[in-house]
Amino acid sequence: MTSTSTTGPLQPTGAADATATGGDATPGRKEPRTRGSGGGLGRYLLVRFLLIIPTVFILVTVVFVLMRATGDPITAAQGGRLPADQLAERIHQAGYDRPILVQYGEYLGNILQGDFGTTLSDSRPVTEVLTTFGSATLELACYALLVAFVVGIPLGLVAAYFRDRTHDALLRVFAIACYATPVFFAGLLLKLVFAVQLDWLPVSGRASTRSEIAMRQLDDPTGIYLIDAIRTGNGEVVSDVLQHAVLPAIALGLLTAGVFLRLVRTNVIGTLGSGYVDAARSRGVRESRLLRKHAYKPALIPIITVVGMQVAMLLVGAVLTETTFEWRGLGFQLSQYLQARDFVAVQGIVVLLAVIVAVTNFLVDVIAALIDPRVRY
Amino acid sequence: MATTPATTPRRGWRRLPVVHQLRQSVGLQRGMLIAGLVLTGLLVLTALIAPLLAPYGYNQLRDADGPFGAQQPPSAEHWLGTTVGGFDVLSRVIYGSRTALLVMVIAIAASLVIGVLLGLVSGYFGGWLDRVLVVAADAIYAFPSLLLAIVLAIVISGGQSSMWGGVLAAALSITVVFTPQYLRVVRAETIRIKSEAFVESARVIGASNGRIMTKHVLRNATRTLPLIITLNASEAVLTLAGLGFLGFGIEPTKAAEWGYDLNRAIADVTSGIWWTSVFPGVAIVLSVLGITLVGESLNDLADPRLRTRRASADVQGDVAATSVVPGGALTVPGGLEGLEPGTEAAR
Amino acid sequence: MTARTDTMPHRGATAEPVVEITDLSVSFATDAGNVRAVDGVSLTVAAGEVLAVVGESGSGKSVTAKTLLGLLPSTATTRGAVVLSSRDGAVRSDVVALDRSALREVRGRDAAMVFQEPSTALNPVYPIGWQIIEGLRSHQKISRSDARAKAVDILRRVGIPDPERRIDHYPHQFSGGQKQRIVIAQALVLDPGVIIADEPTTALDVTVQAEILDLLRRCRDEFGAAIVLITHNMGVVADLADRVAVMYQGKIVEQAPVRDLFGAPQHEYTRSLLDAVPRIGSGGAHARARAAARPAGWAEQTPVVEAKDLEIVYPGRLRQPGFRAVDKVSLAIRPGEVVGLVGESGSGKTTIGRAIAGLTRVTGGSLQVLGLEMNGVRERALRPVRPRIGFVFQDPATSFNPLLTIAECVAEPLVVHGRARDARAARARVDELLESAQLPRSYGDRFPHELSGGQRQRASLARALALDPELLIADEPTSALDVSVQARVLELFSELQEQLGFACLFISHDLAVVDLLADRIAVLHRGRLVEEGTGEQVLGSPREEYTQRLLASLPVPDPDEQARRREAWRALA
Repeated sequence: MTSTSTTGPLQPTGAADATATGGDATPGRKEPRTRGSGGGLGRYLLVRFLLIIPTVFILVTVVFVLMRATGDPITAAQGGRLPADQLAERIHQAGYDRPILVQYGEYLGNILQGDFGTTLSDSRPVTEVLTTFGSATLELACYALLVAFVVGIPLGLVAAYFRDRTHDALLRVFAIACYATPVFFAGLLLKLVFAVQLDWLPVSGRASTRSEIAMRQLDDPTGIYLIDAIRTGNGEVVSDVLQHAVLPAIALGLLTAGVFLRLVRTNVIGTLGSGYVDAARSRGVRESRLLRKHAYKPALIPIITVVGMQVAMLLVGAVLTETTFEWRGLGFQLSQYLQARDFVAVQGIVVLLAVIVAVTNFLVDVIAALIDPRVRY
Repeated sequence: MATTPATTPRRGWRRLPVVHQLRQSVGLQRGMLIAGLVLTGLLVLTALIAPLLAPYGYNQLRDADGPFGAQQPPSAEHWLGTTVGGFDVLSRVIYGSRTALLVMVIAIAASLVIGVLLGLVSGYFGGWLDRVLVVAADAIYAFPSLLLAIVLAIVISGGQSSMWGGVLAAALSITVVFTPQYLRVVRAETIRIKSEAFVESARVIGASNGRIMTKHVLRNATRTLPLIITLNASEAVLTLAGLGFLGFGIEPTKAAEWGYDLNRAIADVTSGIWWTSVFPGVAIVLSVLGITLVGESLNDLADPRLRTRRASADVQGDVAATSVVPGGALTVPGGLEGLEPGTEAAR
Repeated sequence: MTARTDTMPHRGATAEPVVEITDLSVSFATDAGNVRAVDGVSLTVAAGEVLAVVGESGSGKSVTAKTLLGLLPSTATTRGAVVLSSRDGAVRSDVVALDRSALREVRGRDAAMVFQEPSTALNPVYPIGWQIIEGLRSHQKISRSDARAKAVDILRRVGIPDPERRIDHYPHQFSGGQKQRIVIAQALVLDPGVIIADEPTTALDVTVQAEILDLLRRCRDEFGAAIVLITHNMGVVADLADRVAVMYQGKIVEQAPVRDLFGAPQHEYTRSLLDAVPRIGSGGAHARARAAARPAGWAEQTPVVEAKDLEIVYPGRLRQPGFRAVDKVSLAIRPGEVVGLVGESGSGKTTIGRAIAGLTRVTGGSLQVLGLEMNGVRERALRPVRPRIGFVFQDPATSFNPLLTIAECVAEPLVVHGRARDARAARARVDELLESAQLPRSYGDRFPHELSGGQRQRASLARALALDPELLIADEPTSALDVSVQARVLELFSELQEQLGFACLFISHDLAVVDLLADRIAVLHRGRLVEEGTGEQVLGSPREEYTQRLLASLPVPDPDEQARRREAWRALA
């Protein structure tokens, strides 16, 4: 299961297992495993790291091929609005009339140098867009993950322990509802109830204007508002920033929490039924300990792998959440460029996000490997 | 819902995937499965008979009495109110099911065919083709589906959002994202089945690869497909809605689309107008909920670890059914053969 | 048993029994309705006694064992009483009636369990020492360092070398036999009055089995624990048990001291069970008669299979060295001859069978099968040879396509090789084949899961013989079957071989089974051919040290004979 688990938010457990644990047939009959006692951790990590290269290459190529399949970004953005000769002029200036392979080569070369293109609408390098708005997205993702962990994992354990009883039934319906509710609808509902009707929390944005001004006066703002707010030393700013974060964090966090809950439940039920849990029970180990130690930790390894796969989902969720709450991050920016039909910017941001996902998946696999003693030794 | 070929011919309809599981389920799992099937059935039915149900057209702005007016609260004429653009919310919610169903069907059909084919070939033959396909599948799987949908929407319609443009953008991006999933699952199953004795025995007999793949592997490898189909379907609905929410959906005059309506409703929410967002949102939630419930239950029932069984009320039951032939060993015709355990109760 | 056992001080002999089961019944809820697995069982186990509970699959023996510790799943309903006494006899508790926390107290302290699969009984993500100490600290207040010292001590006593270092290792760093020792250590460290061993050696090779049986005997002799031994293996019973209870259909049909049971079985079922156990030396006469009946010049005929310095290496990935499964094996099978291939897991016996059938690539040396060189052979060249080879697989559960009827499966070779247009056209021949395999014709319309294991294995034989092959490869065809079913399948096999006269490679891990059928026996060890000859040569007077050890490790279903063999085994070890 190195990079395998084919798993969506609700992954088919049986199928995922089939790849994870091949039958233990006569020695030699089964294929040697990529990772395992023979390879060693270093080798596994190296192989896994090298896999990033084809992954990124494929993603970049897919996006390039798709974007160029029917034309060029300028026609797509301006088609019909400019006279034909002006359009051709601008296409020529941007170099989109050269052979496609030349453009592809140049594109790859630029990406290798860390150049993801320059936006059409405001002529900023895409990497600069990332550094400007990335921190906001990172902050939102962290809040959401926090919510997801705090809500999803304990509830998943509870559901697994009380499987098929009332607690479990309610929690499962909760998990499925979390998954079935699009983040933007959850966001709108939260806004409607807590911001508009009850007026407890701000409707949108990352902070009030006053707080933003206070934070802008710092010498070297990190862009992560919570840190900046703490640095201002002003309690009101901190509380303002936190209040703004609550609704987006819950909207995005609940989506992920539902996935975590289900994941933990399924895997822990699996390990609870395994031989070693029975064996530990036969030695008189307490039920709570069976759950916390014997069932949870072995279940954690597939959980972490799948959590890694959720990074993509989290990013998509962030894009939508940011749009809902006007949270000025990468996702919000992306939708702005979409409105402006700036497809060079869109392409740059999409590729950049894809690379981030690939690297994060690698890091998550590393963590999973470090937890698994069968890989470590 | 989509059905795969019947597994065991002799059992007829009782062995059809969903029907079989429905008969097998008990208690909560049965409740979940039925709830899911009902919701999904409602979605399909609504889509099929939308013109009969909807009081107005999805792009109708006025009737004999004049324009509907924008942002009208629910009333006798407009049960669910009107949108900021002056459309009837109820009609758009009802017609939205058509768009959603269309996307689901296209996405499932396309990714099912491509994914199963590639997975079968990849798993059966292995080698470099398999490795390339697996790496590619991993790469694409990691690709955030909505971003891919955005790119495809740009390609297909330049973001101009005709009905088919929007539908195809969502459906194809779901296809691209889900094909790797079908591929992986079918591949894993194929590899498992390939090493099972009945496939090896076909190889020893000298059956050709084509015969083995179609007759022995393919039909056995489709076991987990109903589950992925449900995932695929719900993801299709969510992606379509996400695309619409980002303003990349279908123009309101071309088709009704829930995500687009939600996007238009962002501003309404701030001013306390709830009906424009709540109803399309609930439609999305119920559709996805129904399909997901079916998927969850199928998954539980397919996995013996997760399946619930009735608890036996008291010590009872037929001993002979457990193990062996009644009446003792040696009195059985065929002698010791009778000692064999019967057809396993484990299934 | 030896005199040693008889004079052993049964510490609790006068005290209460450690286990007392009264009228126990257990039923399970299944898809097919409620099923009763255990039906009115009453048993007692005295302190320091080894009670073997014997039975075939579905007899309810494992369920009985699990009930002792209240380990049944929630689908089970239990009635009756299962009373466990604590080691000092002070506390007697009825497991069936205990609440959860009281049950937890009893588990491990009064009775501990040894499982069939040591690899699944150990949690892969914790060091073994951690798992032993956890058990200790669940029952007594003991400091970490004291618990660790105890864990090291118990590991040493069960024979784990270098326990101070090994205690921090993870389960996957131990071999299968060592893992089972660790599982036993986990049980012993809590000093329980009784150890319940559920098929403790079934997953192990026969040489490892002998060591684990020896360790279990020490559990009783040195630690004074009574043992409830759940097994289907009569040899294991003869080796270890003091008293035997035979279970059949959820009931105990016979209970007797071990010598009485083997010497004078009372119940019909027990007698048939004992008769069905294959014994070494029983095939000698048969093989001699066959050899005598061979025509002159037989030995000079071209062999059906001839391997010369055969090598099979499974490639390693990423420049890692490959796994050498078969190493310079030379072997011949002549027409009409049955050659038995014996070895433990990993010996390469299955690989050789698969290579002959063209399922595994030959990487070195020469392998001639029916005149075709298999080293570097192409599928196209192999195809004309295919119909002349039949193959019977080990696992009857997976050897048929679950979606096809038995008749369709058996017809498959006929259809593939153009002898019949489709399965229906082949039906007459299929019926004939099924009948020759002693299956009713009507079974052809059933699906594989509607047949029992033995029936499926006979259908598998019918399929393998459909094209009247010159060579049959049987890869452990009976190892997944119960002993009485095995006897029937082996008999059928032997009859068909006499009748049709095909040559056969019979692969098995069981020396006694191979002895029953084979004209010649070849012993494999780690990919190398150790010894080859007639059954009488190889099993009667083995020359190689490995063969001697393998033979001595095999427990025989006769307590007195087994006691002698055990001494011989000790001398070898």
